[in-house]
Amino acid sequence: MRFMLLFSRQGKLRLQKWYVPLSDPQKKKISREVIQMVLARKPKMCSFLEWRDLKIVYKRYASLYFCCAVEDQENELITLEIIHRYVELLDKYFGSVCELDIIFNFEKAYYILDEFILGGEAQETSKKIVLKAIEQADMLQEVGPIYFMKAFSARWAI
Amino acid sequence: MLNMTVIYFISYLYLRTSLKLMFAFCLHSDEGLSKHPVSLETLYPSIKIKVYFALFISGKSKEAEIKRINKELANIRSKFKGDKALDGYSKKKYVCKLLFIFLLGHDIDFGHMEAVNLLSSNKYTEKQIGYLFISVLVNSNSDLIRLINNAIKNDLSSRNPTFMNLALHCIANVGSREMAEAFAAEVPRILVAGDTMDSVKQSAALCLLRLNRTSPDLIPMGEWTSRVVHLLNDQHLGVVTAATSLIITLAQKNPDDFKTSVSLAVARLSRIVTSASTDLQDYTYYFVAAPWLSVKLLRLLQCYPPPEDAAIRGRLTECLETILNKAQEPPKSKKVQHSNAKNAVLFEAISLIIHHDSEPTLLVRACNQLGQFLQHRETNLRYLALESMCMLASSEFSHEAVKTHIETVINALKTERDVSVRQRAVDLLYAMCDRSNAKQIVAEMLSYLETADYSIREEIVLKVAILAEKYAVDYTWYVDTILNLIRIAGDYVSEEVWYRVIQIVINRDDVQGYAAKTVFEALQAPACHENLVKVGGYILGEFGNLIAGDPRSSPLIQFNLLHSKFHLCSVPTRALLLSAYVKFINLFPEVKGTIQEVLRADSQLRNADVELQQRAVEYLRLSCIASTDILATVLEEMPPFPERESSILAKLKKKKGSGTVSDMEDSRKERSTNVNGSNDHIVTTSPSSDLLGLGHTQAAALNSASPPVTSNAASLLVDVFTESLPVVPPTSIIEENFSRFVCKNNGVLYENQLLQIGLKSEFRQNLGRMYVFYGNKTTTQFLNFSASLVCQDLNIHTTPADPVVDGGAQLQQVFNIECLLDFVEAPVLSVHFRYGGSMQNISIRLPITLNKFFQPTEMTSQEFFQRWKQLGAPQQEVQKIFKAKHSMDTEVTKAKIIGFGTALLDGVDPNPSNFVGAGVIHTKTIQVGCLLRLEPNTQAQASCSVKRTHIHAALYTLMTINCNIDYCSTDISKGKIKIFKCIFKSQHSQNK
Repeated sequence: MRFMLLFSRQGKLRLQKWYVPLSDPQKKKISREVIQMVLARKPKMCSFLEWRDLKIVYKRYASLYFCCAVEDQENELITLEIIHRYVELLDKYFGSVCELDIIFNFEKAYYILDEFILGGEAQETSKKIVLKAIEQADMLQEVGPIYFMKAFSARWAI
Repeated sequence: MLNMTVIYFISYLYLRTSLKLMFAFCLHSDEGLSKHPVSLETLYPSIKIKVYFALFISGKSKEAEIKRINKELANIRSKFKGDKALDGYSKKKYVCKLLFIFLLGHDIDFGHMEAVNLLSSNKYTEKQIGYLFISVLVNSNSDLIRLINNAIKNDLSSRNPTFMNLALHCIANVGSREMAEAFAAEVPRILVAGDTMDSVKQSAALCLLRLNRTSPDLIPMGEWTSRVVHLLNDQHLGVVTAATSLIITLAQKNPDDFKTSVSLAVARLSRIVTSASTDLQDYTYYFVAAPWLSVKLLRLLQCYPPPEDAAIRGRLTECLETILNKAQEPPKSKKVQHSNAKNAVLFEAISLIIHHDSEPTLLVRACNQLGQFLQHRETNLRYLALESMCMLASSEFSHEAVKTHIETVINALKTERDVSVRQRAVDLLYAMCDRSNAKQIVAEMLSYLETADYSIREEIVLKVAILAEKYAVDYTWYVDTILNLIRIAGDYVSEEVWYRVIQIVINRDDVQGYAAKTVFEALQAPACHENLVKVGGYILGEFGNLIAGDPRSSPLIQFNLLHSKFHLCSVPTRALLLSAYVKFINLFPEVKGTIQEVLRADSQLRNADVELQQRAVEYLRLSCIASTDILATVLEEMPPFPERESSILAKLKKKKGSGTVSDMEDSRKERSTNVNGSNDHIVTTSPSSDLLGLGHTQAAALNSASPPVTSNAASLLVDVFTESLPVVPPTSIIEENFSRFVCKNNGVLYENQLLQIGLKSEFRQNLGRMYVFYGNKTTTQFLNFSASLVCQDLNIHTTPADPVVDGGAQLQQVFNIECLLDFVEAPVLSVHFRYGGSMQNISIRLPITLNKFFQPTEMTSQEFFQRWKQLGAPQQEVQKIFKAKHSMDTEVTKAKIIGFGTALLDGVDPNPSNFVGAGVIHTKTIQVGCLLRLEPNTQAQASCSVKRTHIHAALYTLMTINCNIDYCSTDISKGKIKIFKCIFKSQHSQNK
């Protein structure tokens, strides 16, 4: 995988991960181009696009687009499922994830991504193991925001 | 003010649970009282940051947001600059804020140092934020890289797996060359160490993969490689997944080193595909066993030919059959994830089957499976089926099976709503085309062209043109097809296409009459495309006589028809028409007067365009003074064009990159016949020589007066062209001009029709600077331009190249070079850029050779021979005797030796015809003195010998250079001496 972008329906970039060295202006240009192209797609169109010498694989979840650029010979369907597994991880971690979670807890979104994908390839595809790693890291925190939130949300839910 | 912000905040947050809102509310009102007890802040540290974030997003307008951000940035900057040292927590808070602002899309130009400081914190969150900041914001050539590397080094040796993982993630995320240099040895060690935890192993494997992608030359191969292969046997599937990715990358580079992975991969794959869906626990994804790992294993196997061992091969075939069988089973879940994961494995298996291309039954089964997908309701599957089938069409075993789906594919072309799927259908039609179905496919593509998206029209035009030519039995059909192409999509018909139709008509006399008649009819249309006028002008100029017998197309009518288009055309077309007119004068003496009249008109003779004016003047003059015989010779019919590969094909290949299309062409070459008449072989020449050949004949149609002259001129031009246009496969390294630069520093290193690369360089002791100039010869921009150097023994710093090179512009890049060690291999410059639709990759060996680091040394005769004699040991000397290709000129040879870098010692050798040189090669680690003696021998014998150091490597390099010097001196020297003897001696002295 060359890069991964998460952006909203309004075209606001919410998360970006680059697995190739590029300068900032290049990154901005590419993001703009890709976002524009993907947003122009209609529903029911296929999730794969040829773009330059790469393939863009994208999927929309509620208001967020998840979009990966992979090499030409890469397997498109499995990339689609990489996206899905990442969404599942976020969902499990945040408890039905929404765009705001990714904005507010962007650092968590990045950590989860790093545990799951590294250097552009899947590192650990087991959901349990990834979440365990993140939770262990959370334990190391003094008093993490999420713990705080979760403790309270549990109390309020009663 | 406070209320306002709170309202924004509430209105935005209503989306989310009211809970978060409550806290935000409490804390927000708290924020106003910043002198409140600290305890609250330490208890809930990040909440404040989050409130702060919320305020940003809730900002009403862009201006308000920018204002707010600038205020915040100023605040943070003052905190960082303040006298009071910040504690870890505040530092983390501000770094986190900066990161957030950056992710909102604003530029951040400070805070890097603070982030680096956080790395050495022993609090996990602080460290984590520090690493995140660095992997998001620090680009590879930052000055901070040393500090970062130090922190990483500490974490790697901490033996704390969490910290080690953070450090490895950071290396993998940044992946810069400096990091590769620092950790290329360490990471493999962590990867194969027995006591490394699984999660660290996974990170290390992918970290190494990333480093290998960015700096493959820095990764040392060694004992660890065999242990990596054995990770395929690991208990932990996560480790196997990560290791497989790594092995794929490494095996692509060094297939032989990883051969043993084939049997292990087959065994692993077999265990996965035969496992019950519950066996693999959490690695089962929607009832599919380890889909990611299966795909990776299948991909790894595609790096190799089918296994030779019959048992392994049988086991693999079983696996592939099982995967194909599973595709026929009813789905275990209705979820799209189940079908995607299952089909991902299936498509990868089909890729492997196509890659092996050896099992007819599997190929046909794959084809049938894809055939089912062609009508699947999932657009994604239809798309992928079309794509895979395109590959299957090129296999001789499955070509026929693919052809049975022609109706479905044609239907897809008509009914698919998504242009990318239609594009795949066009590709597949092109791939499945052969003589039996060419007429149908070409007709379908032509009719699709009328409604096709503009983005893919040019490609379809090229494809139609190629198919029409390749499978034409009846050339009238070919001519009709191309004229139709011009009619339907004239704007998208490139020069290559209409050049080609003219070549073919000229080479095949059975079609000339028909072509003349057809273009004449086509030109009758009130509005016709300029490309048609070009073709029409050329063909009528050559073969108008073949239809002149018909009173409806008498010479005068033909001429008037052409001339009626003249004023609507561009200059090049008018120039072509003028040539057609002068050809008419020869063909039809009866219209000579009319044409002379036209040529004599002020609009021609005084045309502002030089080319048009010149043609008019010369043609008019020629028609007046030359006798009929001379005219007939000068304006004779064009001779047949030499056989050559269709330039259209080359264009399509270029458009598509050197990917599937060209492979397809190659594998199906035997099926194709060339339209160029009798010859069935496709002669490969440089793709643009057609263009030139024709362009030349067009301009110099007059020259055909004396055929030998024409052919000379033509071949001269072709020669010039082929020299500057080597047909180079994209992967090979271009070295043709390399040797010319051994003794000089400036000049043009490389040139093709798009790009010129020039060099200017200077060297001093062990340092050098090279300016590389990239000239864009076209009028279009090069996009995504990048140029990088790969080398081992040189330390090279590069200024980044601008990603866009405008048409006609020149881009300069500077390389600062430091020679670390004596070296043999010169570095390779890889240039990538996008031109038109395709990616161009060029690899050129840069002439940075060891002799560039010579410092000349002056010596007296006595000193020289004293040292010469000292260097007597056999390993200190290289001697070579070689024949000069040309005769030799003393001055040129002297210049060569000076250019080589040594001092030329005049009057040192008692024999005045010998050349003697001395110099010291400077590297960072050592300095090596070298002596050189070149003994030309007028009779028959001469040799060149080098005395060299006892260091083996230096010995080797000097040999190489020695070969170069003989190449150079033989190349240019002019004189009578045929043979040289060159002796090199060098002594090795340690620096200091």
